[in-house]
Amino acid sequence: MTETNPSTDWPLYEVFVRAKRGLNHVHVGSLHAHDDQMALLHARDVYTRRNEGVSIWVLPSDRIVASSPDEKDPLFAPSGDKVYRHPTFYAIPDDVPHM
Amino acid sequence: MPDVHTHEPDDHDNAYSGLLVNDAHWAFGTDFEDPLAGVDTTTVPSTVDPHVLAQYCLMLGDDALIASQRISQWCSNAPDLEEDIALANIALDLLGQARLLLARAAAADPTVVPVLPADSPVPDEDRLAFFRDDKQFRNVRLVEVPNGDFAETIARILMLSTWRLAIMERLRTSTDAVLAAVAAKGAKELAYHRDFAGRWFVTLAHGTDESRRRLTEALAGLWPLWTELTETHPVEAAAAAAGVGVDPATVADDVDVVFEQVLAAAGMDRPAARPLAGVQNRKGRDGLHTEALSPLLAEMQVVARAHPRGTW
Repeated sequence: MTETNPSTDWPLYEVFVRAKRGLNHVHVGSLHAHDDQMALLHARDVYTRRNEGVSIWVLPSDRIVASSPDEKDPLFAPSGDKVYRHPTFYAIPDDVPHM
Repeated sequence: MPDVHTHEPDDHDNAYSGLLVNDAHWAFGTDFEDPLAGVDTTTVPSTVDPHVLAQYCLMLGDDALIASQRISQWCSNAPDLEEDIALANIALDLLGQARLLLARAAAADPTVVPVLPADSPVPDEDRLAFFRDDKQFRNVRLVEVPNGDFAETIARILMLSTWRLAIMERLRTSTDAVLAAVAAKGAKELAYHRDFAGRWFVTLAHGTDESRRRLTEALAGLWPLWTELTETHPVEAAAAAAGVGVDPATVADDVDVVFEQVLAAAGMDRPAARPLAGVQNRKGRDGLHTEALSPLLAEMQVVARAHPRGTW
């Protein structure tokens, strides 16, 4: 085999699927594709074969900026003791699901 | 009567309407649709000879079945995981179409179904798929020739799906309710197959010198099998005259327009290869096939034939 491995040549994309109207797009995984449109087709084939979605987003993985575990304390710890920020003091109507 | 516009409630009235259902397992996609829901599968339109309807269903069903078997040979062999799954999806779509069409052929005319031992539980569509010999298959020869490389497979899927989509779009108005329902389901699947193959076709054409060379050779190699798709067989003519089928000659121009668009986007010329002749003018639709069909059938049928009383 003299051919190069396509997986190492094609850029990586992250895939987000909206399961149904009213829900957010949720990250479901990643895949390789040689361009943006083919990434969308691949996402359809790999992640929505069982009726999982009504909408797909794909974007190049290298465009994602992620927080580092080293920053965990300065980023997230300060919110741990601010109970007054949690909206737990009023009732949610029955017809507002998934809250 | 004045034309008063009244607002029909729909699911856009409430952004959460899709969630107000029992969806404990929504992540697994539990809502499956039966493509034949509400369709009477037992009666045949009075305008058509049941034997003609059965033969016509065998033609469209065998195209899908043999194409599915060929494409599924890519399983675990495709250039990439993503392509592997994409090709398997296409093969499964076609297998689903084949199953409905072979079942329809058996319902229209039970005499087309191979006879098995009386206690055999094998359903009619499986008998048709696994217990007919090569000369009884009515598929066009395009779907039976070996896969070749990835470029050949892409070129073949593009040719098949472009033609078959045009057929299915017209078949949606078939007077046979089952064929119309199968076509409505199939057209959506084939539109995707055509999109997938068309994108790859253009990508390979504009890729490397090697990918363009392979694609050019692939198209030239398959081109002799192209015109067979739009030649009218007497069964197709009779099915079309009865309103249940589509005369493939009537889609030739539309299919050509689509193909020219893809070739233009790819910057490629239409091959000049002459059509592959039949034997005494008999071709795939008459049960006369290339030598590639028998080995394919042997592999596909061997397990079912070894266990004619098997349940799966």
